[in-house]
Amino acid sequence: MSLRRARADAEPNADALRRDALAERVALFGLSLPALVLVIVTMVIPVAWLFWLSFLGDDGSVSLINYQRLIRQPSYARIFLATFEISALTTAICVLLGYPLAYVLSQLPPRLANLCMIGVLMPFWTSILVRTYAWLVLLQRHGLVNDWGIRLGLWNQPLTLVHNFGGTLIGLVHIMLPFLILPVYASMRAIDRVYLKAAANLGASPVHVFWRVFFPLSLPGLLAGMLIVFILCLGSYVTPEMLGGGRVIMVANAIATDIQLFFNWGAASALGVVLLVLTSAILYAASRLIRLNRIFGGHGP
Amino acid sequence: MARAGALPITVRRVAKAYGPVRALDHIDLDVRSGEFLTLLGPSGSGKTTLLMVLAGFTRPDRGSLKFGDAEVIRLAPHKRDVGMVFQNYALFPHMNVAANIGFPLRLRGVPKADAARRVEQALEMVQLGGYGERRVEQLSGGQRQRVALARAIVFEPRILLMDEPLSALDKQLREHMQIELRRLHEALGMTTVYVTHDQREALTMSDRIAVINHGRILQLDTPRRIYDRPSSRSVAEFIGESSFLPVEAANGGFFHAGAKLKLPDGPAPAGRCLLMVRPERLRILTGGAADHLNVLRGTVQEVVYQGESFLLQVLLLDGSRIAVRGVSSAGAMAVLPDAGAVVTLGLGIDDTILLADDPALP
Amino acid sequence: MSWFADPGWETQVRHRSRIWLYLLAAAVMAFLVVPTLIVIPMSFSASQFLEFPPRHWSLRWYVSFFDSTSWLQAAATSLKAAFLTALVATPLGTTAAYGLFVSRLRWTKLAVPILLTPIVVPVILIAIGVFYAYVKLKLVNTLVGLVLADSMLAVPLVVMVVTSALKSYDMNQEMVARSLGASRPRAFLLVTLPQIRFAVLTAAVLSFLTAFDEVVVAMFISGGDNSTLTRNMFNALRDQVDPTIAAISTIMIVISSLLLALSQILGRSR
Repeated sequence: MSLRRARADAEPNADALRRDALAERVALFGLSLPALVLVIVTMVIPVAWLFWLSFLGDDGSVSLINYQRLIRQPSYARIFLATFEISALTTAICVLLGYPLAYVLSQLPPRLANLCMIGVLMPFWTSILVRTYAWLVLLQRHGLVNDWGIRLGLWNQPLTLVHNFGGTLIGLVHIMLPFLILPVYASMRAIDRVYLKAAANLGASPVHVFWRVFFPLSLPGLLAGMLIVFILCLGSYVTPEMLGGGRVIMVANAIATDIQLFFNWGAASALGVVLLVLTSAILYAASRLIRLNRIFGGHGP
Repeated sequence: MARAGALPITVRRVAKAYGPVRALDHIDLDVRSGEFLTLLGPSGSGKTTLLMVLAGFTRPDRGSLKFGDAEVIRLAPHKRDVGMVFQNYALFPHMNVAANIGFPLRLRGVPKADAARRVEQALEMVQLGGYGERRVEQLSGGQRQRVALARAIVFEPRILLMDEPLSALDKQLREHMQIELRRLHEALGMTTVYVTHDQREALTMSDRIAVINHGRILQLDTPRRIYDRPSSRSVAEFIGESSFLPVEAANGGFFHAGAKLKLPDGPAPAGRCLLMVRPERLRILTGGAADHLNVLRGTVQEVVYQGESFLLQVLLLDGSRIAVRGVSSAGAMAVLPDAGAVVTLGLGIDDTILLADDPALP
Repeated sequence: MSWFADPGWETQVRHRSRIWLYLLAAAVMAFLVVPTLIVIPMSFSASQFLEFPPRHWSLRWYVSFFDSTSWLQAAATSLKAAFLTALVATPLGTTAAYGLFVSRLRWTKLAVPILLTPIVVPVILIAIGVFYAYVKLKLVNTLVGLVLADSMLAVPLVVMVVTSALKSYDMNQEMVARSLGASRPRAFLLVTLPQIRFAVLTAAVLSFLTAFDEVVVAMFISGGDNSTLTRNMFNALRDQVDPTIAAISTIMIVISSLLLALSQILGRSR
């Protein structure tokens, strides 16, 4: 009894204070619980369920039959290849078109740049459906592009610009461009002009200054943008579905068809798992190179 | 001069560690009712951590804290009824001055008319009467600090805590505000704990100073005693300038460079000792007897003019270096020795301080 | 036009010799903006093929929309779902962002990525996963199911926007407020929230638009009486290019733009 009293005198309130500290930290963390529960229940658990499904055979037992079918059927291999091709192509075109625009914007005085940025950001608050539909209307046989092409004498017959690979590509590039421009623009804006002036001072020609100083400094943003675009393309559904005319089948379309037409949950979930694993692998590999945690949230001091 | 209602603060064995670092190392402290106590120390000494423990924002690992008779160590900050002024003022930008100051009254449910009156009173007290309608961004740094002060005292707390409130102000404003704060303290009489790293500020404003470093209180005393009688080398080094000379103990006395030291009354520290010498306490002797003084001889290395004072760097006979400071009056400047000259210095007995030369002491 | 011959910016290249760059940039800009906006004037075209510029102006496609009970019901569902999603996702996401920002529990590092997964996982996967779960839970084709799924999609956006606002906010003010007598909740409500209200408002609008514009998940889990506008549009487009959709698109663009403009104006005013 006296030993405990002696300890209590030597360490007054130690236990109680420790409990208080823990209680406070838990309470603050608890503020995020409703959101966490929502996300876990509506997304994490269902997707995990899908994972589980993919490992179930037709009779309900655990098996790899879905994956075996995936590998055996050549159509799936083609679908993945096509998905990669179109994603890579879209990314490349976005870089060619988006980098120059981002460059020009980054050189504009801030107020003008902000005004132009509204144009770049506008796609974010218009539904992807609306934008894809716009292309449908523009590229159809009697659409705007064909109309003006013929009027200006560029071609005689209406071209098939949509319901094919070309139309899908155009649509995808349009959807993905802002995702590339934003990070590139941000990293360009952050480049301290001092470096450029110093290089010019040291005698570098403008072309030299660009390739040796500016471009490398803009690279993190460019790579981040390319990563985002590529990954979004891999999983895209609406654009190929609407503009592909059934001729462009990407992984997401195959998944949807498997479920809506064939009720083949096994194949669909297996496809989904592969897509998710691929996406995660690419993200993980890239996160080793780029600091992704800069872009997404975080916590304070 | 404690007004009725001011509370004493009792800190017992408060400890706080961040991993291996002991920010507070079993602190014991008694703050008297109505006193102005300063926690003085360098950055990282633990002074701000201790203040935060008093305020309730840092929860110590163990310890007891009492305001008066009430144990408050586990009490949430908003229930402690303590006024606090921070270094960066942290005024609420989305409210005007009156709303800022009235905020604590509003939280306590004080009726509007009452609150308005008390807000105006607080403004008068910090000499910003009539500034209620102004917005925060319209105020200068000094004015913002005064608004922060008014906000902290308007609800008449019995304890006031201040965390380096003047460090963001320029020198002149700072010195003016030091006087203001002292005046306010005397008018209101609340127990005040003030944190600073500026020794001059501490010496100017405090009833008592607690010199703190490495999470421990090195000395708790009035400004005068801390300056004249520092308890250890660390304290002496932190407050004022000083030189330290080696000292040998022999035959019941202490010797420096062979000469026996005349020492003031009181016990000498145990173990090896150092002689602490304040530059301004040395006198240049021009000859004649100096029986009531301790005498040091050496050659002048350098003469530095510093405006209101001069500084002599002297190399003593035994090889140790010492500085001498004096007022640069015309008369004094006229008889200053040049560099290279031999000089005799006198140190009063009461200014001959022995300190323990213990590297283990913080 | 003298600036044309002046050296441009720091690279000392004259504007004139970089004209190709500016033309390309302008072209890309047009490529981005025009298709989205061109639907608006085309929706007033009388012709079945939606000409531009319209040879004859007409409101027939709008009439077609307002006359159709199925379209109106779908619009109502979309608006209801979007509004409810904003109502659910904004407080959930804001408190989560605040709690995680202030908490120093080790689990914080784990919680943030979890909250952001709906952005990272491909939408089709989320869609079929939710669909599968909803079939079991009998939540398919219900408004509740729709709002839950849309809220889940919106929460990451809210968390990101609010966290970003908290990062540039001086948290010391909450400490001061607490020292003056405010409990943590009161300090948040009286001091912090008013100062991040612009971000919270933006987050609410983003949540609304996420639900309003969402296609893929809605395609699977909204149906029957609770079919969304986007789902109906999508199905209609599978068959043929119904020009009514141009009118609906215009209405959607207008609603979105108005909401965003409103939130910007309200947020900026002090």
